[in-house]
Amino acid sequence: MALLEVTGLGISFGGLRAVDDFNVIIKKGQLYGLIGPNGAGKTTIFNLLTGVYKPTDGHIILDGENITGKKTADICKAGIARTFQNIRLFSELTVLDNVKAGLHNEFKYSTFTGIFRLPKYFRNEKSMNEKAYELLKVFELDKEADVLASNLPYGKQRKLEIARALATDPKLLLLDEPAAGMNPNETAELMDTIKFVRDTFDMTILLIEHDMKLVSGICERLSVLNFGQVLAQGDTSKVLKDPKVITAYLGE
Amino acid sequence: MAKKIFTKDNSTYIIVILAYIIVEALIGTGNLSSLMKGLLVPLCVYVILAVSLNITVGILGELSLGHAGFMCVGAFSGAFFTQLVGDSLNGGLRFAIAILIGAVVAAVFGILIGIPVLRLKGDYLAIVTLAFGEIIKNIINILYVGTDANGLHISIKNAAALNLDPETGRIIIKGAQGISGTPSDSSFTIGVILVLITLFVTLNLIHSRTGRAIMAIRDNRIAAESIGINITKYKLLAFTVSAAFAGIAGVLYAHNLSSLVALPKNFGYNMSIMILVFVVLGGMGNIRGSVIAAVVLTLLPELLRGLNEYRMLIYSVVLIAVMILSWSPTAKAFRERYFGFLSRRKKEVS
Amino acid sequence: MSLISYLLNGLSLGAVYAIIALGYTMVYGIAKMLNFAHGDVIMVGAYVVFVIVSGMGFAPLIGIFASVAVCTAAGVIIMMVAYRPLLQVSKLAVLITAIGVSYFLQNVALLIFGADTKSFSSVVSFDGFSLADGRINVSGETVVTILACIVIMVVLTLFIKYTKAGRAMLAVSEDAGAAQLMGVNVNGTIALTFAIGSALAAIAGVLLCSSYPSLTPYTGSMPGIKAFVAAVFGGIGSIPGAFIGGLLLGIIEILGKAYISSQMADAIVFAVLIVVLLVKPTGLLGREIQEKV
Repeated sequence: MALLEVTGLGISFGGLRAVDDFNVIIKKGQLYGLIGPNGAGKTTIFNLLTGVYKPTDGHIILDGENITGKKTADICKAGIARTFQNIRLFSELTVLDNVKAGLHNEFKYSTFTGIFRLPKYFRNEKSMNEKAYELLKVFELDKEADVLASNLPYGKQRKLEIARALATDPKLLLLDEPAAGMNPNETAELMDTIKFVRDTFDMTILLIEHDMKLVSGICERLSVLNFGQVLAQGDTSKVLKDPKVITAYLGE
Repeated sequence: MAKKIFTKDNSTYIIVILAYIIVEALIGTGNLSSLMKGLLVPLCVYVILAVSLNITVGILGELSLGHAGFMCVGAFSGAFFTQLVGDSLNGGLRFAIAILIGAVVAAVFGILIGIPVLRLKGDYLAIVTLAFGEIIKNIINILYVGTDANGLHISIKNAAALNLDPETGRIIIKGAQGISGTPSDSSFTIGVILVLITLFVTLNLIHSRTGRAIMAIRDNRIAAESIGINITKYKLLAFTVSAAFAGIAGVLYAHNLSSLVALPKNFGYNMSIMILVFVVLGGMGNIRGSVIAAVVLTLLPELLRGLNEYRMLIYSVVLIAVMILSWSPTAKAFRERYFGFLSRRKKEVS
Repeated sequence: MSLISYLLNGLSLGAVYAIIALGYTMVYGIAKMLNFAHGDVIMVGAYVVFVIVSGMGFAPLIGIFASVAVCTAAGVIIMMVAYRPLLQVSKLAVLITAIGVSYFLQNVALLIFGADTKSFSSVVSFDGFSLADGRINVSGETVVTILACIVIMVVLTLFIKYTKAGRAMLAVSEDAGAAQLMGVNVNGTIALTFAIGSALAAIAGVLLCSSYPSLTPYTGSMPGIKAFVAAVFGGIGSIPGAFIGGLLLGIIEILGKAYISSQMADAIVFAVLIVVLLVKPTGLLGREIQEKV
């Protein structure tokens, strides 16, 4: 069953066609990779999927719901969560509060309830803490729950971003270069974590990555992007052997 | 950490209550000069202003240079109400309603101004808030409001244009002369109660779901949006709460003076900037810091009164010196090297 | 006919705003800071001329040179002492020290000259002329102010475009870090910018007080804010923007005073600013910067 169905997606910035006629179908539970040289338009596709940019053409259907052109916050509510290439944490909040911010729409209580600390405040804060700690444990961040996010080492910041995205209880998780800046050990560990997340949360994941070891190691299917257009698409092993893809990566 | 934060909150309440007890004791034993007594209510006003501005600047992270405008709106609407009902209500109830009215009117202005302003960013937002503050002050200065048997009359020309019934007519707001004869309903005790209410609402707001959303927007707007936080709603909410408390401070201020006039000194951008100085020196987002900075910086010129004309000069030098000593990297390194044993908070370095 | 007089007066006031706003916008462009003390440098400049010309009896031109020299020095010293330690740390921290510097300058002036209004004698000896059979009088101050503004604008544009130091300013305002790597002396460039901005403030102060001859320690405060508004109005950081913003602001203010309400003139200026920013959030000529995600 298709969880995400993108047809004819495109956007132009002025005269530049950043993404053109992008089509993809991602099945539920799939680990899907989006690769391509720098500037190919990968992050732009993430920004289109999450409503940061409004597409000029095409449709995005998530789990049967048309989310094309919706606002970022509404798309999150519809079920897409993401991480960012240049980490975007709430740097002056604690690790715990970063995750709790992600639970914003799951445990609701009014501002009034919050200010006057009505019973609902305590109930919801308690559930929020429990859920947040559960997520932090998955990423081995529970010991650092009270540390400011900006004081975490780089690798843990990346993990925290994933934890925060998962806190929004998404149907589809977008990871933008999760292994960027990690050493081979950390990357190997990250691969396990991503697989673990997929299996435990029954998550569908679309990721952008340059690390081919990670891509070939965990992605079941791939789309290769070059100059805003799809160069190849299909099963990972086949796509990586495609001469066009090799040329695009290594040059003529 | 969660527990530690709550202790810090409590310490803020305790500081305020202790200060109140000490001051009351000094008054009781006749050890407080009349000059200092005159400063007590203004001190509460400034503390409320600093705490409320910290919601916009420290918690929401937007630079506002028009906070005095909201104070102005609150002051005039509150004083207007008090004058309107006169002695038909008893002092306590009348003042409570005046406070409520000041807060609501300032909040409404907060929403009206916030909707356009919060679309802007950074320094553009700062200058537009300054502009709104100045416009409010200007409009109050040409506003005439009177009442007679036929109800309210409003004019922006002059008193005669109100066309009041000569028998029953009474002018309440007289243009540049403002409102005079407001009964002094405020007192230090009421001021401290209002400070505690402001602190209660602000601190609890910060530690709630709403506060987390607001601070998330401050730290990273795009990420906050990506986790489903409604940016406009929470920005406006923070801005409005901030404005409402500035309005309350205004009502308190208005009921401490027999004559209320909108001057550049009390409601102009100079005032907004002075409050901003309290917030920055006290620490962005640090509510207890705002309280302390507002008190210290209000008392400082008074303590320097013996130095007469030099006091504001010294004040300015102290301000510059404190900023440089507390913020500059060189000074920080120097402090850590020679006074490292004094710094309790060691930031964790990764 | 009176409309033309008003327009000329507006243009003259606007020219003063434009000169101040040029300094404001250059400093903003390069240091990304709101220099709240900039207006008070105007006041310092005016007092220097007052002392030298009215007090010591020197020629106006000597007064102007002295004023420019004093303000330039003051501007650079202020930058080095009060701003430089914090420029890289926090914009807000620098804003607060700028406010401190503003209080400082006002109170120094207050100590030396007292709070009473000094009557400033115009430095312009040219009497002006009449147009349309004497129905429109153009004062010498108006002519000189407008001319000075145009000359300054042209010289500044040429300086930035064609000199090494000018291009260094552009580079630093674009990206200070990259400019440093390319061998630009960033600290020197920032100092130069403050020097030029302060010199312009001195000239503006002299021109302002020649047209509006009452001088107090707070004279520079409101024009400083207005010039800040003018700079934002035109798109802060943009030199032509400051020029156009200043002129428009002066005209709007004078016309507002004449035709709507003299008490509301400031409010009208601010209201126009708000409208412009709501339509074009980065000012008339400001560049829109999209945040990269």
